[in-house]
Parts: sequence; structure tokens; C-alpha cells
Amino acid sequence: MSGLIGKKIGMTSIYDASGKQQPCTVIECGPCVVTQVKTIEVDGYSAIQLAFEDMKEKNCTKPMIGHFAKASTTPKRHVSEFTRFEEGHQKSFGDVLTCELFEEGEFVDVVGTSKGKGFQGVVKRHGFHGVGDKTHGQHDRLRAPGSVGASSYPSRVFKGLRMAGRTGGKRVKVQNLQILKIFAEKNLVLVKGSVPGPKGSILKLERWN
Amino acid sequence: MGKTELMQYVDSLTERKEFPAFKAGDTVTVSYKIVEGNKERIQQFRGDVIQRSSSGVTETFTVRKISGGVGVERIFPFSSPFIDEIIVNKRGVVRRARIFYLRGLTGKKARIKERRY
Repeated sequence: MSGLIGKKIGMTSIYDASGKQQPCTVIECGPCVVTQVKTIEVDGYSAIQLAFEDMKEKNCTKPMIGHFAKASTTPKRHVSEFTRFEEGHQKSFGDVLTCELFEEGEFVDVVGTSKGKGFQGVVKRHGFHGVGDKTHGQHDRLRAPGSVGASSYPSRVFKGLRMAGRTGGKRVKVQNLQILKIFAEKNLVLVKGSVPGPKGSILKLERWN
Repeated sequence: MGKTELMQYVDSLTERKEFPAFKAGDTVTVSYKIVEGNKERIQQFRGDVIQRSSSGVTETFTVRKISGGVGVERIFPFSSPFIDEIIVNKRGVVRRARIFYLRGLTGKKARIKERRY
């Protein structure tokens, strides 16, 4: 798996060669620095660690300053691991990766944290349809969850039953989003469609080759 | 660069033709290209503008006309390469930016008063 760390900038649309309008998300992607190379011999698995976005040294903890200094780079805000990165992409300690890692037209997976939606009912949270009709004397059951189980047996509610609760704010991966355009000079990648999370949130772009 | 500047940078790369200014209530004729197989021809759509929506690259306008007694609405993106030309036929007097009330009106009621200078 190769990839980069990025930041969601916003959504717009572009026109492709045939004149078709394509909705797209603008992602500021890289430059990322390789801050650690993990190998099977030493760590038990192979991965590389990437760091993204500069931060002030006074805001960085001393252990992390040392960690970044080892890779001879400035303190970075976000650090993330990509397992088995080296398959096909040999990278060494301290390398700087830019969005030119990707190619226009190829497909990537995008991982982000979805927008938090607070405490929501089962209709929004799990796609339930509510109970019964709107009319015919029925009232206040429109968005109800319905029965949560049988009676004397089992005399309890099964674990994992879908109910109302905190919604969103979870790690979400969207698979196979096409890269429509790359602006290498601004480190921008245009991905077709939408990606999880609000503007300014941190994303992981993954590619399985 | 901030998020706004980056978005402006991306949007600035989409070309947009120059069109005459118009707003809701005006009558326009939109010439747009239609690709059939490998042939291209130009079709015209004349009607009242009932709204302009969004801004920048994604800005669109909706044109409504009555065709064979049936109301037909078409949404055109301003940045679309298929739009050949927009001609403003009439300027209308309307009090709001989105004249959706027109959908509920037919015949003489559905007329828009022309603006005179």
C-alpha cells in the first residue's frame, strides 16, 4: 500500500475532455516526509511512516522533535503509517514524497473522519424506516425503533442491537475514487466525488500498488 | 496558502465565456451544442430565467418555458463548454430572485411584465 497524507480543501467541479461536468474534491496532498522505515527483521512488519504539515517547534514535544531531527526534517503535525509501502515503491529514510506519486486517472482509497452528527435516532443512524403509518390514527411512532427483542426468553436485549446513539465522527474509508487532476506546483489532487469529513480535516490517500 | 486561495486557484483554471448580464424574470435564448455520434449541432432553448444558483465555476441558471402546454425547465451551468451563446430577449420586472411561483401559474397569469427604460 502506498499513499500520502492530505488535507481536505473543498469541493468544486471540473469539465473533462468530453465536456462532461465532474464533481470533485480538492485535496492538498503532501509533501510528506518519510520519518521512519519499519522492517520485518526489526519491527515484525514492514511499513513506512510519513509526516505531513509543518508545525512550530515550540508546539512540538521534545521526543517528537528528536524523532523528526533523525530524519533531518522540521516538526510535523500529522504522522501516519503505511504498511507494505515498499512493494513497488522503494523509499528510504528522509525522502520527500509529493503528489506526483499519483497519476491522473488512477483510483485511490480515501480515509477520513466523518462529520460528527451528535446523538441521532435509528432512522438517521441505521437507516430504519420508523414504525407504521403517518396517519390512520397512528401518532408519535414515525421514527421509532420498534421492538428490541422477544419477552420471557431471552429476557434481555441482545448485545450489538442497533439503537440510537452518537453518530458520525468515525473513521470512514471510501474506496476507488478516481484522480481527475493533479496540480503538482500547488500539491493539489482532485478526486472524483466526495470524501468523509469537514473542510480542513486530515485524510489518508491509499493506493494498493 | 489558505483553503480559499487554493479553491480559487482550482476554479480559475476552468474557462468561462463572457455572457450578457441577466437575472430572474428575463427572457433568454440559450444556444447549446448537442453531440450526436460524431456530429455536432446547435439547439436553442428560449424561456424565462427563474433562478440563478450558486457562484463561481458551479454557477447555474434555470430556464423555464411552456412547450406544448407542458412546463419544461432546464438547468444550464455557466461554465459548460456546450453553451454557445446566450441572448437576452426581454428584461422582466420581478420582485424576487427566484420566481418559482411561476410554476403554479398558467396562461395570462404566467406573464412577466417587461421592464421599460
